[in-house]
Amino acid sequence: MSKAPSPMSWRRGDNIAGRPWRGRVRDYDLFKELVIGVVVVGLLVVGLSAVFSSPDDPGVTLKSWATVAPSDFIATATAELGGTSDTAAYGQPYSATPDATQKLGFIDLQALSGVRIPIDTANDFVLTPLKTLPTPPPALAIWSAATAQEQTKWTSDYATALAAVTNGDPAHVAPGDYGPVPALTGALLTMAGSGNLDGVLQSGGQPYNLNYTPTILFLGDGTYFAGLADAAHLTGDQWGVMNETGNTPGQSWLWLFSLFYQIPPFNSSPNADILVVAVMVGLSLLLTLLPFIPGLRSVPRKIPVHRLIWKDYYRNR
Amino acid sequence: MSTVKEPTPATDPDVAGTSAHTWTGKSRGWFLNHLPPDKLLPEDQPSYVASWAYVFGMGAVAGLVFVIASGFVLALNGPQWYHVSSFGHFVNSMHLWSVELFFMFLVVHLWIKFWMAAWRGGRILTWITGMVSFLVSVVTAFTGYLLQTNFDSQWIAFQAKDALNAVGVGAWFNVANVGQIFMWHITLLPLAVGAVVALHVLLVRAHGVVPPLDAAETDAQLRETTPPKLARGRIDHE
Repeated sequence: MSKAPSPMSWRRGDNIAGRPWRGRVRDYDLFKELVIGVVVVGLLVVGLSAVFSSPDDPGVTLKSWATVAPSDFIATATAELGGTSDTAAYGQPYSATPDATQKLGFIDLQALSGVRIPIDTANDFVLTPLKTLPTPPPALAIWSAATAQEQTKWTSDYATALAAVTNGDPAHVAPGDYGPVPALTGALLTMAGSGNLDGVLQSGGQPYNLNYTPTILFLGDGTYFAGLADAAHLTGDQWGVMNETGNTPGQSWLWLFSLFYQIPPFNSSPNADILVVAVMVGLSLLLTLLPFIPGLRSVPRKIPVHRLIWKDYYRNR
Repeated sequence: MSTVKEPTPATDPDVAGTSAHTWTGKSRGWFLNHLPPDKLLPEDQPSYVASWAYVFGMGAVAGLVFVIASGFVLALNGPQWYHVSSFGHFVNSMHLWSVELFFMFLVVHLWIKFWMAAWRGGRILTWITGMVSFLVSVVTAFTGYLLQTNFDSQWIAFQAKDALNAVGVGAWFNVANVGQIFMWHITLLPLAVGAVVALHVLLVRAHGVVPPLDAAETDAQLRETTPPKLARGRIDHE
């Protein structure tokens, strides 16, 4: 004799949930309900749009960065040239930097994905754009002729010198042997300030290009871009994933995803992203497959919210 | 050369008693058996389908109608049109607010169905397709935020790349590649949402609305509040 499934089971058993309804019925007009729903929701959509509109803060350009925060631009360009920026040290998919990837225990999906979008920050963000100028700076030839050790020492010393002066102002850097680095970064600043670098960096030499990866990564390596986001309450430690500029609600349905970034152990882990994604995937699977899980699927029986939902039905018993 | 064939007796219970002997005919029989017209487009529902809780599913569908309609207008004009056109900006606002309402209705609907334990009685696929609708909608909305082509989308792209790169999909779902994300947002993901939602609605119609947890077999225990109407084709012995 087979055991009858629990009343909370998803299985179609010989019970009231599994059989066609034998009681009374009431009139129901599906299309009428759909039309009423569309009209009501349509009025809400039009009303909310008319009253609250939608935010549209202009994007940041390399030109605006170079104009408003030239010192940050120079410091970032120096880091790109020296291969010490966040992008240069990121690992897959941009570079093969060892031990840079996020891991879930011994699982390293990031490394497995490979270097699919290779980015050499010195060449891609600084040297190649400068070569497109009508008169490329002579410092390019000095850089190319130098050894890797010399290049590293120049950029490292210049970065240290920039960090030592107030506001990182290149005009007040202590005298030293920085090779062609000040000339190269200065030329890139001028190029960016004219608006030329935005086009060159984004287009990659092609007439059509919809890929903004180099621009976004270069912007993100500086502090100016993050500072704007911080002022707009959009950074990760400000629940930024679910926020929108201004007071407009953003992706509020990502509240749980954002929450994990605010609490231990996630907020201090070098593997925070992979850990949070893993937890969210696990929780999503748990909710999707909840009807298969004895105990959890009985929660609606133990906490009788259903008595509120079917209040009229139960009241008429 | 064509031949004249005598219909062979069908052994499949779905097509038994019909003359179906082709894949097409058998499929028609299967659909008519599982989703007959009066189930697909019903004119009545069980007496217990009388609660404010039932409006949220239809609200989500209505929200989706406006999401698709406003998105269609935006797609026809390109992702940067709304920056320079006041009408475009209004359509963009409609797209945003219809998405907000869609999710509000969808999440409330989902939680109500949880408290109803609406998977009971063979309705497991209805529950799973509902959850998948929600999850695919989250990804679709996320790609929409990346297509705003403004400061917000720049910053979201910069931040979100880390989670996607960490799980190894950042090259194929490159949040800073507007061309790639545009393709995901206006073709693949809407098709996925539309297909899953359509399947979900068909399953709701096929299986019917789950009865209350403490419902009895009939309405014998209920006081009459409205003139009774009997389920079609059934004799009420109350």
